Amino acid sequence: MSQEDQQQADTEAGRTPVEDLASKTLDEIGHQAYWRANVRTLLSLLLVWFLVSFGCGILWVDALNAYSFFGWKLGFWFSQQGAIYTFVILIFVYVFQMNALDRRFNVDEDR
Amino acid sequence: MSAQVLTYIFVGLTFGLYIAIAIWSRSGSTKDFYVAGGHVHPLANGAATAADWMSAASYLSMAGIIAFEGADGARYLMGWTGGYVLLALCLAPYLRKFAKFTVPDFVGDRYYSQTARLVAVLCVVFISFTYIAGQMRGVGIVFSRFLEVDIDMGVGIGMGIVFFYAVLGGMKGITYTQVAQYCVLIFAYLVPAIYISLMLTNVPLPMLGFGSTVNDGSGIFLLEKLDGLTQELGMAAFTEGKKSTVDMFFITAALMAGTAGLPHVIVRFFTVPSVRDARISAGYALVFIALLYTTAPAVAAFARLNIIDALNETEYQALPEWFSKWEDSGLLAWVDKNEDGKLQYRGGAALEPAKPIFSGERGVSGERLVSNEVGASANELYIDRDIIVLAHPEIAQLPNWVVALVAAGGLAAALSTAAGLLLVISSAISHDLLKNTLARNLTETQELRWARVSAAVAILIAGLFGIYPPGFVAEVVAFAFGLAAASFFPVILLGIFSTRMNKEAAISGMLSGLVLTTSYIVYFKFMAPELNHAEHWWFGISPEGIGTLGMLLNFAVALVVMRVTPPPPEAVVDMVRAIRIPKQAA
Repeated sequence: MSQEDQQQADTEAGRTPVEDLASKTLDEIGHQAYWRANVRTLLSLLLVWFLVSFGCGILWVDALNAYSFFGWKLGFWFSQQGAIYTFVILIFVYVFQMNALDRRFNVDEDR
Repeated sequence: MSAQVLTYIFVGLTFGLYIAIAIWSRSGSTKDFYVAGGHVHPLANGAATAADWMSAASYLSMAGIIAFEGADGARYLMGWTGGYVLLALCLAPYLRKFAKFTVPDFVGDRYYSQTARLVAVLCVVFISFTYIAGQMRGVGIVFSRFLEVDIDMGVGIGMGIVFFYAVLGGMKGITYTQVAQYCVLIFAYLVPAIYISLMLTNVPLPMLGFGSTVNDGSGIFLLEKLDGLTQELGMAAFTEGKKSTVDMFFITAALMAGTAGLPHVIVRFFTVPSVRDARISAGYALVFIALLYTTAPAVAAFARLNIIDALNETEYQALPEWFSKWEDSGLLAWVDKNEDGKLQYRGGAALEPAKPIFSGERGVSGERLVSNEVGASANELYIDRDIIVLAHPEIAQLPNWVVALVAAGGLAAALSTAAGLLLVISSAISHDLLKNTLARNLTETQELRWARVSAAVAILIAGLFGIYPPGFVAEVVAFAFGLAAASFFPVILLGIFSTRMNKEAAISGMLSGLVLTTSYIVYFKFMAPELNHAEHWWFGISPEGIGTLGMLLNFAVALVVMRVTPPPPEAVVDMVRAIRIPKQAA
């Protein structure tokens, strides 16, 4: 249900004082912006996730194997080591970014 | 002291520890029993999640699979850890905010449908039981080989221990035992790996060691040496994959989406106090998991090298002692095809069918004879992949206490996962089936009693699976992931990320994904196994990877159906909006 529908429904129910409605709408706008920022963060992290595993580890593995990385072929290293290291970093970046986002939009949990 | 005495001591000590923890952390309420009261520290939850997640398959089987498949083994490494990333980013924080006890809870509430809840209960029970059967087999293998007790007896002891802490302690007992089990299993995995890495390369960290030079003075890299040896013996080079790119892609994707939907791991995130804690504990858990997952491929490369070294062109009588022990347990076999009294380890299968059928007689050299046809290849060695991790310390001639440690670690890995799965089954029955469907007026005390009873019954059934393993289990376990990917994952994901997603779309999506995946697997695995080759597969996708196609179909059907059916009720839309925001509503 869109915001207009929501307002409509609330008005029809005849139970929402005007001030409450205003603050609720503000909150909702904030929440929508928060959610969009959240999804953007997710998508950019998942892009990296896809590139290191499905990209470097599978699709381009043969091409990358032409290069060596210490004692590994590069593609082999990505598929058996590099992808996993990247995954760990990704989760911590996610934690850091999301906690910052929570604070910025004032939706973090009370302690 | 002998390895066997030491194994008894280590296994006894660790079991005693688990029991002590269970007594200390008994559950008093359903909230304790289902989600450990909801106040587990994120670091403890990270360790518990890692132990829950890493099953007998990760600990006992994965390095073995990679040892023999080389590059292709990466599908498990990336599939299982990559799926964890999906879970941590896309599902865990929101399900934590949802703040109920189980996955069927979420499905039932989000899709405002008792049918959907029941389907979810069925899926949870099916996935969990197939998974448990594998854990119990792991317990049986460890007991029969290291403590030389009957497999049945071993499974019985394992059941007894799990019974004690799962039934008494519920999630609370399981959580703190899993923390202890993680410490045992990672220590037991790393110690032999570090030892062997030092022996072969002088580098203490195995994840760096297998990219270093071998210390035999030749100055070549370990993987170069292994590639050279494997090709010389007519096998595929270790670092070259045999699977097609499209198949690797689909299998890895199925494993990822399947792991992200595993119910026993998802519920672990219900046990921490807040959304913020759920996020960071996912991070801790992946660090703990990555320690084992980056070590496993190193162990695999070391093991392959050591096995070739220890066995190839060796006379049967001169083979090391571990060979005859594993031969006695039926997991190794040798056929002297060219009758020279020496073992030739080459490419190709040694036997036809691949698993040995022992005739009960001994050959000229004293080996156990098999009644299989001998394959066309010159290879004379059958070796079960599951023994690599357990046998490797002996293969590398490590001290007895390390051998004993590995056995205790294997038990920790199998028992921790089994306990997590049992809890999911028990809560699916007592909470979702009884409390939320059949007997809504159940009191707290009654529900807790039912939770304990169903945990106890589930343990008995799981034990029976371990003692009388149905022949199809091994086939099915590999596909539990595909089924989870094709059913749960899209429904949970869309349930969070789309407010428009409704009941009709969820049910039709799940059904079409399940039907496609199941029929493809049943066709190639049971009805026409002789056609199970790349030229008959759709787009070159093996049954192992078909879950990905099922998942895509599920998404497609759901996205179409939800556009032509009525939107979900307002209360559900509000619920979805609420789980997206960490802050509690005022």
